[in-house]
Amino acid sequence: MKVKDDQPLRIGFYVCHCGHNIAGVVDCAAVAQYAATLEGVVLSRDYKYMCSSPGQELIREDIRDHNLNRVVVASCSPLLHEHTFRTAVAAGGLNPFLFQMVNIREHDAWVHTDKAAATDKAKALAAAAIRRVARHRPLETTRAPIHPDVLVVGGGISGIHAALTLANAGKKVYLVERDPSIGGHMAQFDKTFPTLDCAACILTPKMSAVRAHKNIVLWTYSEVAKVEGYVGNYTVTVRRKARYVQEELCVGCQECVEACVFKEPKFPDRFNVGLSRRKPIYMPFPQAVPQAVVIDPERCIELKTGKCKKTCLEACADRHAIDFQQKEELVQIHVGSMIVATGYELFDPRRLPHYGYGRYPDVLTTLECERLISSSGPTGGELRLHSGQAPTAVGFVLCAGSRDYKTNRWCSRTCCMHSMKLAQIIRERTGAEVTLFYIDIRAPGKGGEEFYDRALAQGVKFVRGRVAEVSDCPLSPAEQGKLIVRVEDTLAGMVRRIPLDMVVLAVGMEPQANAQEVRRIMNMSCSAEGWFLEKHPKMAPVSTFTDGVFIAGCCQGPKDIPDSIAQAGAAAAEALALIDAGGIDQEPNTAYISEEDCSGCKSCVDLCPYKAIAFDPVKEKASINAALCKGCGVCVAACPSGSIGQNLFEDQEVFEEIEGVLAHA
Amino acid sequence: MPENNWQPRIVAFFCSWCTYTAADLAGVSRLKYAPNIRIIRLMCSGRVDPQFVLEALARGADGVLIGGCHPGDCHYAEGNFKTLRRYQMLRRVLGAMGISEERIRLEWISASEGERVRMVINDLVERIRILGPLDLPGRLAACDAELGASAQALRLPQYRQPAADLREVIHG
Ligand code: FES
Repeated sequence: MKVKDDQPLRIGFYVCHCGHNIAGVVDCAAVAQYAATLEGVVLSRDYKYMCSSPGQELIREDIRDHNLNRVVVASCSPLLHEHTFRTAVAAGGLNPFLFQMVNIREHDAWVHTDKAAATDKAKALAAAAIRRVARHRPLETTRAPIHPDVLVVGGGISGIHAALTLANAGKKVYLVERDPSIGGHMAQFDKTFPTLDCAACILTPKMSAVRAHKNIVLWTYSEVAKVEGYVGNYTVTVRRKARYVQEELCVGCQECVEACVFKEPKFPDRFNVGLSRRKPIYMPFPQAVPQAVVIDPERCIELKTGKCKKTCLEACADRHAIDFQQKEELVQIHVGSMIVATGYELFDPRRLPHYGYGRYPDVLTTLECERLISSSGPTGGELRLHSGQAPTAVGFVLCAGSRDYKTNRWCSRTCCMHSMKLAQIIRERTGAEVTLFYIDIRAPGKGGEEFYDRALAQGVKFVRGRVAEVSDCPLSPAEQGKLIVRVEDTLAGMVRRIPLDMVVLAVGMEPQANAQEVRRIMNMSCSAEGWFLEKHPKMAPVSTFTDGVFIAGCCQGPKDIPDSIAQAGAAAAEALALIDAGGIDQEPNTAYISEEDCSGCKSCVDLCPYKAIAFDPVKEKASINAALCKGCGVCVAACPSGSIGQNLFEDQEVFEEIEGVLAHA
Repeated sequence: MPENNWQPRIVAFFCSWCTYTAADLAGVSRLKYAPNIRIIRLMCSGRVDPQFVLEALARGADGVLIGGCHPGDCHYAEGNFKTLRRYQMLRRVLGAMGISEERIRLEWISASEGERVRMVINDLVERIRILGPLDLPGRLAACDAELGASAQALRLPQYRQPAADLREVIHG
């Protein structure tokens, strides 16, 4: 067989042991021996770690010493190391695309136990790649420019941190938040574990910094409606919902709220998870950013019927901030990269009827308990029962809805620490008895174990067992008027009934209800549970499979505040790296049309999702704009005259692979 | 091919974004499945030319699996819908050729569904095992031989092998 430029083929073949990962199942030496017998192979080796620097060095040297003009490496997935080996091939002086990779780890050694069959499979896959690489031609990558502006979706602590990091580096950032204020869940917390520092004291300065930053465009009460384009060049449509208040004119004095025709606040307040009430016109919470009120169109009499006295307008007087005519707006922006930090939702404990949430008013979630002990909360920080009295015995039910096959299988990582935090604060402030019902206490990370020790030292009681039921049916006078927790104490080896005044359910995190929609808009993938999927759990934890889209915080999976911030910083750094590189190399897998063969049937033109194919009515030929082509190959497969080729995935290359995998029995 | 140690051979075409990644995940999760599958990576399931499938069968595959992203999730918007159309056409073609349509299969497998990769592969391998060897190359050769013999008997001059023609059609 000859290569195109008529030099005889000189293929170097390498099979990697990957320690025991591959060699434990596949007979690597046998694969190398077999490959040596195939046409065009002049050198065949097996080596312990091909991706290591000596491994790469080996390729470089062999290319020079043995005058190789093609290289095949059988090792792990090309999605992991194709780039590594292409770089090594290029360093050896060959065009990096005269290379092919064979996946004998993820697709072979790791999924099979029969050694003979696995070795056979490795041989077949190697044969396919060797035949394929013979057809490879040198290709050039093209470089796409990167628009320097960044979109951050979600204004919780992760989004805030990412936006500030980028803005401080001088990049223009659009921060889009769906709620009327940024701050996210962290704004609802009283204190943070394990340091017990005040959440507001560390968050609110960052929120104001966002507002004040000259490089940040903050759009609250807004959602991403559509994303078009690709890395470096995204066009994003943002839906800015009507707030009925002109943000720039509102000074946050709240005189309008005072003046509202509703004399008393009547409607559940989201910030206090329904534990307090607000009016139709309201400030989301005292430290909200932006400091602008918002009108709830579902509740406002003027917006619903047009028949209100509009006392709020009078109160606003010459500031003219209130605007009942405001309409939802669609705005288009251009960015080069995006960071998705859309956070999480809490598990709804109504799905666990045996815990009585929603039936007994003194069964609360951790977030509700948090709001009750927060000084900015509805009770000013006094922990109160439904009856208004202070509780004397409080219980925490850990893993409510978590680590359970019937609800959510995963551990949310923060609920143990969160509950121990609340337990300590309750001990400190009220002296009430606090009992934690747990399966395992998970207090990992810096200061975690010490935090657990501190809870023990403060007299928090720990009962090991998953709570079976919370009820209000007394069996003894001591249980009268109490909530009774029935639990199998697995350390004492008996079933216990423990009367309490208040039961707090440590509910875990869940993906946002609209996660699938967001995923689709951003062209990302989700894990089976619905968390956004990172490109690689270790090597690319904040990247996604879509170039230029990064993830941070709990939308990727449950995590605490330090981890969210670390991830947000990492995502910002990745975006910066992309921007500062000035451009991104694009895989040269574009399709092209050979004009002589094109019959002008136009069947490809409408197939292309990127409008990359144009039809010249004079010549009656189609042509592909390589800059627009994304390399899916749909047109290639559809062309009835076979006149469309695709770089890196030519028909002939695929045919060789097919023949190759079947050649070895 | 001796019947007793015959093993099904299946060629799979997986799109790089979802199904190939899912197969990687199956590996990372150390799930075990039948070793009868050979996966070929393409950028999108929409790149699967029906000729690839026919070629695989003509070269001795007993079954073909096409894997793509779930409808609506294709990295290239709608490549997988094109795949679906071609797949239905292919099934009819195979039926017309007297080949069981069960020998080819299209599956939507997202990047997180490693477990599904295992299930689909094992299930397909078992079904093909029940169907038995396809041995299209053998059949085509037998067909050539038979027709060649009758042509000789009839003393047709310059006989062209019809099966070879068919192969040409398949190989394009
Ligand atoms: S990219 Fe997976 S089917 Fe198109």
